Amino acid sequence: MYGKRSKFLTVMLTIGMAFFYIPIILLVIYSFNYSKLVLVWGGWSTRWYKVLFESEEVWAAVNMSLKIALVNATFATILGMLAALSMVRFGKFRGRTLFGGMLVAPLVMPEVITGLSLLVMFITLKQFFGWPENRGFATITIAHITFSMAYVAVTIQARLTGMGQSLEEAAADLGAKPFKVLTAITMPRLTPALISGWLLAFTLSLDDLVIASFVSGPGANTLPILIFSRIRLGLRPDINALATIIILVVAVCIAIAALIMFRQQKRDMLDQQLAEGEK
Amino acid sequence: MEDELILDSAISQSGKKEKPFVQIRGLTKKFGAITAVDNINLDISQGELFCLLGGSGCGKSTLLRMLAGFEFPEAGTISIDGIDMSQVPAYERPTNMMFQSYALFPHMNVGENIAFGLQQDKIPKAEITDRVNDILKLVELEGYIKRRPQQLSGGQRQRVALARALVKKPKLLLLDEPLAALDKKLRKQTQFELANIQEQVGVTFIVVTHDQEEAMTLSSRMAVMDMGKFKQIGTPTEIYEFPESRFVADFIGSANIFEGKVISSKGGKLTVSTDVGEVFASNGRSITEGEKIWLGLRPEKIYLSKAKPKNIGPNQIKGIVEEIGYLGETSIYKIRLKNGQIIDVSAPNQSRPMSRVREITWEDMVYLNWEPESVMLLTS
Repeated sequence: MYGKRSKFLTVMLTIGMAFFYIPIILLVIYSFNYSKLVLVWGGWSTRWYKVLFESEEVWAAVNMSLKIALVNATFATILGMLAALSMVRFGKFRGRTLFGGMLVAPLVMPEVITGLSLLVMFITLKQFFGWPENRGFATITIAHITFSMAYVAVTIQARLTGMGQSLEEAAADLGAKPFKVLTAITMPRLTPALISGWLLAFTLSLDDLVIASFVSGPGANTLPILIFSRIRLGLRPDINALATIIILVVAVCIAIAALIMFRQQKRDMLDQQLAEGEK
Repeated sequence: MEDELILDSAISQSGKKEKPFVQIRGLTKKFGAITAVDNINLDISQGELFCLLGGSGCGKSTLLRMLAGFEFPEAGTISIDGIDMSQVPAYERPTNMMFQSYALFPHMNVGENIAFGLQQDKIPKAEITDRVNDILKLVELEGYIKRRPQQLSGGQRQRVALARALVKKPKLLLLDEPLAALDKKLRKQTQFELANIQEQVGVTFIVVTHDQEEAMTLSSRMAVMDMGKFKQIGTPTEIYEFPESRFVADFIGSANIFEGKVISSKGGKLTVSTDVGEVFASNGRSITEGEKIWLGLRPEKIYLSKAKPKNIGPNQIKGIVEEIGYLGETSIYKIRLKNGQIIDVSAPNQSRPMSRVREITWEDMVYLNWEPESVMLLTS
């Protein structure tokens, strides 16, 4: 039964994979196209990579995007963790249901509405307090933290619920004060969730076009904003090169993650063998 | 009445009337509409190994968690060594707990796990090392200090958990189902080890368990709990031989129960009329004539014979063997009495039947008799 794979499944799998990966493969191939016209093959070349590396505008955008993503991921992880802790570990407090609802609201709110409301808020703030003077790095970062925090909180909340409370109780029982319990027991146990939450927030921020467009000002371009504005002027081969580099970076990251997971599994297996050898 | 009983035993244990080591008064804990612990009083003396025994949901774990400081009571007080603990947080209590799941920190090795509690007290490093090594010796886990919990067997993890809880020299050690996660053979062996360690260190232990055998072997005194209340408190012998209610008689071991009415009561000797005839009981307790009562009879206290016994005691009835359960060391006989009630009788298999045929077999008519002293009087 399991030995013979159904032909239908194989065909469907192939079609599915093709659907996912042919566009990406095409994009990679065309990034090595000599021709100035994206879809006309003019022979192999790395010309557009050179153009890309010489473009200051692109590098400024990459720099901006990475900075925003880093700051966003770090703050979103801290705030998301605190929010998750209060939801899972503080028992029943006044307004818990409301807080839980507000926490996941950004997940279901249409991005245009989130973006618009943040823009309105920043303009109002400027009228009353004179800050933010120019919209750019700070406003985009704040906007990103507000929505990616929700994703992080949900990830960590799930992990906290699954972890149970007995380790934390054991630590308290052994004399650890609440803050010590958090740093010595809860956070190390949460490390996988914290890392995945951080990475999630990082990618969400790198990805975001809609909200960033609302709250960015003139001259402050993130990478998605730059790419999108260039695409509107017509397809350009150097964007293909940029996309290829991004794909390469992502692929390397995934490979590293897989390797770490494989090592962890192997270690768990060895531990278990060792434990079974004991009586 | 319960209060008197507790105080009596506290006096008899310490010799003079002084404030007990652990004193619980009027302790109540509610979860919504459910009362988990209902107005409980308990005194425990220093050095005791006290077991809380009960089925799941009887409130025994909640009581333990209140002693540890993980739950706070709605009403009542807990004092340990004369100090009121009711509102003291877990991390400031002189108690340590051994968790059912052991709750060993998976990101620390054995040594770090055990040292964790000492580090919280800012004890010098050299002393921590010494104390960790000493306690590892006590639980026979020297050489395992660098192992992580995941690399240990169930029995070893259990001993690490015990060591971690003991190393801080708590005034009171709380153990939540300490043996439940072990397999049967290891559990029996560990029961005695645990009792030995308790004797060596002299710390007061409170053990929560649902396993009556575990409670009987471990404890110096025990309490049987049901629906958030204590049904009876006493030594294992008192609880087994002198249960006061049908619940306790049936929860600890098994008991055949007859309902009856006291027809005479003179100097601790009772005659009770029941469905199976008059039963004579001699229990040292006097009960008012005419009162309704239940009689309990343990299966092993009944003598079973095929021939009519020569020395007939006052209590004797006939019955028919309905079923036999052969357990190897003993056999359980289910005997149908003339009123249709089926009672359990257990008898040791003291001689080996060479013919491989049982002496007593199905549908045999048998004589049952028991001593008046064996009859347990159950007032509720």
